[in-house]
Amino acid sequence: MTLHIAIGIALVFSINSNAKTIVVCETCEFPSIREAVEFSAPYDTLEIRKGTYKEFNIRIDKPLTLLGIDYPIIDGAFKGEIVQVVSDHVTIDGLFIINVGTSYTEDFAAVRVSNSEHFLVQNLVLEKLFFGIYIEKSNNGRVYNNKIVGDAEEEYNSGNGIQLWYSNHVEVDKNIVTHVRDGIYLEFSNFCKITNNRSNDNIRYGLHFMFSNDDLYQFNTFENNGAGVAVMFSKQIEMLDNTFKNNWGPASYGILLKEINDSNIRRNRFQNNTTGINIEGSNRVNYEHNDFVGNGWAVKFRGACYTNIFRENNFLFNSFDLAYNSKVNDNLFTQNYWSNYTGYDLNEDGLGDIPYRPVKLFTYVVNRTPEAIILLRSLFVDIIDFSEKVSPVFTPDNLLDEQPKMKRIDHGSD
Amino acid sequence: MIKILKYSFYDLIRSRWTYVYFAFYLLLGIVLLFLNNDLSKAVITLMNVIIILVPLISTVFGVMYYYNSREFTELLLAQPVKRSSIFIGQYLGVALSLSISLVVGLGLPFIFYGIFKSVAIWDFVLLLVTGTFLSLIFTALSFNIALANENRIKGFGYAILLWLFMAVIYDGLFLISLLIFEEYPLDTFSIAATLFNPIDLSRVLILLKLDISALLGYTGALFQKFFGTYFGMLISSAVLVLWVIVPSFFIYRRSRRKDF
Repeated sequence: MTLHIAIGIALVFSINSNAKTIVVCETCEFPSIREAVEFSAPYDTLEIRKGTYKEFNIRIDKPLTLLGIDYPIIDGAFKGEIVQVVSDHVTIDGLFIINVGTSYTEDFAAVRVSNSEHFLVQNLVLEKLFFGIYIEKSNNGRVYNNKIVGDAEEEYNSGNGIQLWYSNHVEVDKNIVTHVRDGIYLEFSNFCKITNNRSNDNIRYGLHFMFSNDDLYQFNTFENNGAGVAVMFSKQIEMLDNTFKNNWGPASYGILLKEINDSNIRRNRFQNNTTGINIEGSNRVNYEHNDFVGNGWAVKFRGACYTNIFRENNFLFNSFDLAYNSKVNDNLFTQNYWSNYTGYDLNEDGLGDIPYRPVKLFTYVVNRTPEAIILLRSLFVDIIDFSEKVSPVFTPDNLLDEQPKMKRIDHGSD
Repeated sequence: MIKILKYSFYDLIRSRWTYVYFAFYLLLGIVLLFLNNDLSKAVITLMNVIIILVPLISTVFGVMYYYNSREFTELLLAQPVKRSSIFIGQYLGVALSLSISLVVGLGLPFIFYGIFKSVAIWDFVLLLVTGTFLSLIFTALSFNIALANENRIKGFGYAILLWLFMAVIYDGLFLISLLIFEEYPLDTFSIAATLFNPIDLSRVLILLKLDISALLGYTGALFQKFFGTYFGMLISSAVLVLWVIVPSFFIYRRSRRKDF
């Protein structure tokens, strides 16, 4: 795919040899971006100098490069969409776009890319927006190093930071998205790479994707979002090296997995979330080398989850390691490190000699009667947990880690 | 009263048991810090110790002191001293020496470890304050038991039973009633039931500072709304103060009427 883009860029440059550069500034021949776009020929570069341009509905229907010098401000004055890209090979670079219109019938975006190939949207700063960067039915593009700062307060009248809809092979890299509804949203978008982004303090989800298969999420940080990260109805997802932290609230999760199949979740860090991972109807997912640190519930199973494998994860100081609401278990837990493990290792192979039971009776009680949480860490609860540990009655008796690690797992060595 | 308080206090300060108690906390603090190397974790372990051991030791110590100093009490009663000031003085002497052992015993290692520079300082202060309250409450309760029972064995039995009830049985009944009435809204009941037991109340107050993310689950948010706000803190502190005042008042009343 990188090759694809490289060829695309090479193509642009080869054709670009006879292209010209048009300067847009307040005192130039073209004081307006829209006029400059109309005047330009395909593969021209529009150099937009520092200044404030009160424009909206700038429609780019030919291959152009819009290059902002010293962050010119494009002020949409809340009238509608600001930049619309409907052509292939368009680059938008270095603009400061503010005041996108809000509508309840149309999704106005600061930058909308529709039905285009090989686009590049980079180094933008977006503020006071409805939707930020909206990519629809456009493939093989890149969204790089943008900063999106919304001022959303309610879910119903706010939009998403970066939205991909029916767009395949798009790279979203090094963006910062805060204070919007969903930080990054993907729907029907396959083979995308979402890397090195930071999505925090959003009203709803830091990352939200549905019906998007074969995507990669790596090195992202999702922090303090209203409901964490939600991923639904997708398969073959790779979630690697991400950080999910401080997602607190009654319905807040590090990740909410719903109908996610055949995926890998590796080397992620879940820290101080109300629930680290909430799993519902997800099958054949591998969880390896993740760290669950200081969460209320590290992992919560909500039923219909089969053949998931938890291997070599660290469960450190969570109030509950695992909540499980069924008596049947088809998931495998092996060679994890549990900070609550109290067993011993006589043969010194680094694995505990007695199995660890991650589900406690109290977890079961809290699932049934949530108010019982007020008895957390009471002596009585410790006593009943101990008796359940000795002879399980309420929790599935094969739900255990047969080979719990004695020492915290160092993920660097794999 | 102050004189008797002073006497009881100095008597206890010189006694072996106070030193054992003090040394126990000192050792506990040092071991916890040495093994954990993590202040916040040490505070969690301490919480378990405080909500279980402090009431137990206060109860046993209170009963023991009352029975042991009985002859001296009888001697004092022959003097022109007010009865209430004898007993309240003795009670305060025991409770204060226990509280001081706790605060100094735990405080010293943590101060050397650098609690003042840590963010856990307020958790730690809360821990010591609830520990002190629990000492005051359970010593008062044990004095009541001792005053009501001439028979030492009976007195000890009741005292242990009281501790067992507050620390374990109460929570069991609480949990069972939650399970039986699970179809009804239970949050008000849970908050009320927690306020009625000083051990539970202390536990919840400390927990809200520590296991905050677990408690912030759906129902946790409700409790957080109550106990986490200034209003809730005020109510909780008021309840703890009441738990000290009411048993002390009973000591006062019973000591006036009691026949020796």
